[in-house]
Amino acid sequence: MTERQSPPEVTLRYFAWLRERAGVSEERLALPADIVTVRDLLLWQARRGQAFEQAFAKPEAIRVAIDHAHVKPTAAVANAREIAFFPPVTGG
Amino acid sequence: MAVRVSSDDFDISEEMAKLSSGDTGIGGVALFVGKVRGDVKGQPLVSMTLEHYPGMTEAELGRIEAEACSRFKLSASLIVHRVGELKPGDNIVLVIACAPHRQDAFAGAEYLMDYLKTRAPFWKKETLGDGSAQWVDARESDEDAATAWSQTTK
Repeated sequence: MTERQSPPEVTLRYFAWLRERAGVSEERLALPADIVTVRDLLLWQARRGQAFEQAFAKPEAIRVAIDHAHVKPTAAVANAREIAFFPPVTGG
Repeated sequence: MAVRVSSDDFDISEEMAKLSSGDTGIGGVALFVGKVRGDVKGQPLVSMTLEHYPGMTEAELGRIEAEACSRFKLSASLIVHRVGELKPGDNIVLVIACAPHRQDAFAGAEYLMDYLKTRAPFWKKETLGDGSAQWVDARESDEDAATAWSQTTK
């Protein structure tokens, strides 16, 4: 029998118009166990109430980074310490 | 090899001297400065605010710089990017690539800029003359420029 552990908390960060629409820049929480990939996470975010629904309405327009590195929607979220959500970058 | 994010302006000749002095193997220095344009599609721009992702910005710029140095024969390179509120005419970004020969310096500077524009986590918000503010949309042509590099062999 393996002992069931409480899921680890992860830091979620939001930038640019995603931060404005979601109304939060940073939060810490434990993700539901059925979220495996970044795509799962984006779909879950869109169901977290009105502000998040609006912020995550177009998941294809959102970029994601795990622990300071860009990732694809197929990437696994397990073991992530920090996951960031933002629009395509516009620096330079 | 260095990257820096700062709200302060940069002095181009000072940065160039710091980067290239003492290395007489350098035969060419290519330098790019990005500036704030004073209009957006004919509308006057009041200010531009640059947001970034502290921690990831430095990590991503470091990766871009390391890749540029492995692709081209760069003796030294520098990326300085400003954040915060900027006015028309202000400097936004400085990229310097030093190499023994000009081809690598030119190509290195262009590569650094192309990848910076598509990978480094910066976002611009424009405030216009009528008081409205909007986030700048990413340009497909920037993505194409970076993709073109990935299709060329080293």
